[in-house]
This record gives sequence, C-alpha cells and structure tokens, in this order.
Amino acid sequence: MLTARRLGKRYGEKRVLRGIELALPRDGFVVVTGPNGAGKTTLLRICAGLAQPTEGTIERDAAREQVGYLGHEPLVYRELTALENLELYGRLYRVPERRERIGMLLERFGLWEARHDRVASYSRGMTQRLALCRVLLHEPRLLVLDEPYSALDEAGAELLDAQLAELRGERACLVATHDPARIEPLASGALALSA
Amino acid sequence: MTYVRDVGALARKDLLLELRARDTLPAMLLFVAAIFVVFHFALPGTPSKLETTGFLWVAILFTALLGLGRAFVPEREQRMMDGLVLAPCDRSAIWLAKSLATLAFLAAAEVVALPLYALFFHGLDGATVAAVILADLGICAVGTFLGAMAVVTRARDLLLPLLFLPLAMPIVVGAVGASVVDSPGRYLGFLALYDLLFAVVCWASFEYVVAE
Repeated sequence: MLTARRLGKRYGEKRVLRGIELALPRDGFVVVTGPNGAGKTTLLRICAGLAQPTEGTIERDAAREQVGYLGHEPLVYRELTALENLELYGRLYRVPERRERIGMLLERFGLWEARHDRVASYSRGMTQRLALCRVLLHEPRLLVLDEPYSALDEAGAELLDAQLAELRGERACLVATHDPARIEPLASGALALSA
Repeated sequence: MTYVRDVGALARKDLLLELRARDTLPAMLLFVAAIFVVFHFALPGTPSKLETTGFLWVAILFTALLGLGRAFVPEREQRMMDGLVLAPCDRSAIWLAKSLATLAFLAAAEVVALPLYALFFHGLDGATVAAVILADLGICAVGTFLGAMAVVTRARDLLLPLLFLPLAMPIVVGAVGASVVDSPGRYLGFLALYDLLFAVVCWASFEYVVAE
C-alpha cells in the first residue's frame, strides 16, 4: 500500500527527515514513534500526500479519495455543525448512502445528540471524535493518524481502540503516537524516529 | 455534473460560514458606505462625473480587497486547506466556489454602494452597471487566486494588495473607460476578455497554488 525508500525532507537548511525506509502492506498496521521534533508529523503528511519529500521516493497504492488523514488540526469548520461538516465531506468524497453512514458514525462516537451544535461549542475531545468521524466517513483504504488519542477521554480512547481493532487487517494504518503501548497489540510493525 | 455539485457544496459552505460568523460582509458594507460619506464631505463644490467615477472604482476595488483578504481566513486559521486538498474533487472547484462566494459578498456590498453613490454624486447608467458586473467577475477570479497564494505566507496582509492591485489595473482602466465614454462597447469587451483570460488561467493553475 505504501513504500518509502530513503525518504528525506528539508525545510530550507533544516533537515527534518533522513533515510526513512517504510513498507506498509494493505493490511499492515505500523506505529510511528519518536520524540518531539523527530519528524513524525512531516512523515505522515508526506504519506498522506499533503507534502512532497525532498529526497527519496514514496509509492502510494491509494488514490486521494482512499486516504483518511487525521492531523493535529481536526480539519472541520468551527462555525458549522457536526452534521454540516460531515455532509460537506460526504459530498466531496461522494460517499454512497451518506446520511446513513454519517448517522452511524455520529452514534458510534457519541456525537449524535450534539449533531446540530456548532463545532465551536464542542470540547477538544468532542472535536477530536468528530475528526475521527471525518476520517472514517469515506471508508479509506489507507489511514494516516497523527496522535489520534490526543484530547480523548478514556471512553473516547476505548472507542478508538475498538475502531482500530475493527479496521486492523482490513485497512492499512499508519499511526504516530507518544503512547505506543496502547496500540502495540494491534501493530504489525513499528518505525522509531530519532530527533 | 459532479464538478458543479462540488462547487455548489463548497460555495454553500462559504456562504453558511459568513452567515454564522458575519466577519466579511458587514465590514465591506461599512467600509464602502464610509468611503462615500467621506468623499461626499471631503470634496469641495460639485465634483464632475469623471472625478466621481474614479471614486466609485476606488471604492469598489478596496471594498473587494477587504473581502478577498478574509476569503481564506477559515481555511488558514483551522488549516482547512489540508482537508479540502485531500478531498478527491478537482482542486479548481475550491477556487471557483470561493470566487463565487466572494462575488456574492461583493455584489451584496454593491447593492448598498451603488445607490449611495447615486445619492451622493451622480446617477448610474447602464454602461456603468454592466462595467460593475464585469469588473466584479475579474476582481473575484483574480483576487481569490491571489488570496490563496498569499494566505500561506507570513506577510499575507501585505502580499495580497501588492499582488492584486497591479493585476487589477486593467480592470480599473476598462471599468472607468466604460463608465465615462459615450460608446462603452469596446471597454466592456475589454473587461469581458480580461475576465475570460484570467478565469481560465486561474482555473487551470489553482492546482499548483494549493499543492506544496
């Protein structure tokens, strides 16, 4: 699904990634770890297609619509409601049976009651749950998740555990985290970056 | 058809955001009204039609600039461009939708501005209204494109006017010409040609503006 060879990235003079080798099969689950500033976010942005490497190559066997990316920002509009945000993404991703799928995800992540509220009124944890709904909405074949547990309470984290366990073996997952122990049982591989 | 639906969904989102946040349109309305009031009291005697036509176009241009400067604020503040760029829709749909939304705000501001101009200065003729419509299209097409370029830079507030105003010069030339001459056809044709040319260029190259 994803193969990176001697991947590197520079921002001007500053080198943030060097010599990364990564192979993520279709049903693989790779955990990316490393201290702050090691380049986890940059690597994930490259893998999602949001940034280009300055060295090496990356091959992605997934079109844009088959990638689900969760970054540090939830990528939802704060002045729109949860429903309006997911409707917008559902339309852009041409999700079949959009309403049913949105309803199912909002129910699963405990946001159904707040679906008509503006995201601006959500807590950080609720916003993160909505971001996860957004990522999963179009059933991507490649999931790229950057610190997906951040801001989630224990209930939210357990929901995400269950969701990832469900997806394991069916989708390719690349997850960056500071808490690898949490998803170690699901992982088929690991990539440790150093600063 | 899918392209049209994508543009519709994105433009609807922009209109909804403005309806909720009311960040752009009230500022544009206040600005354009204030400009005409200031001009009205600042000018001694009765200014000629030629002079006031110039004021009209200065007011329209800077009101548009105010709206264009805010066009990509939600995308910048919430890094929403990442989400839009990852979506499988044609990226030019983002530009077209944003241009249409900005056009709607500018048109709404002009619904107030043009009667105010007529009240304070001179009546409007059909050629001026046609020039306003054609100029709006060009302003929004080019301005939205440049707004997307400027928004990713640190000096965005400075960069947008620096890029936009030189490119808007032909619009001012065509619009003022159409407003003051007896047979404005040539100037209106010039504005239409500008709109067409720049719309095609912006549509075709927006992909490269939003890609890293």
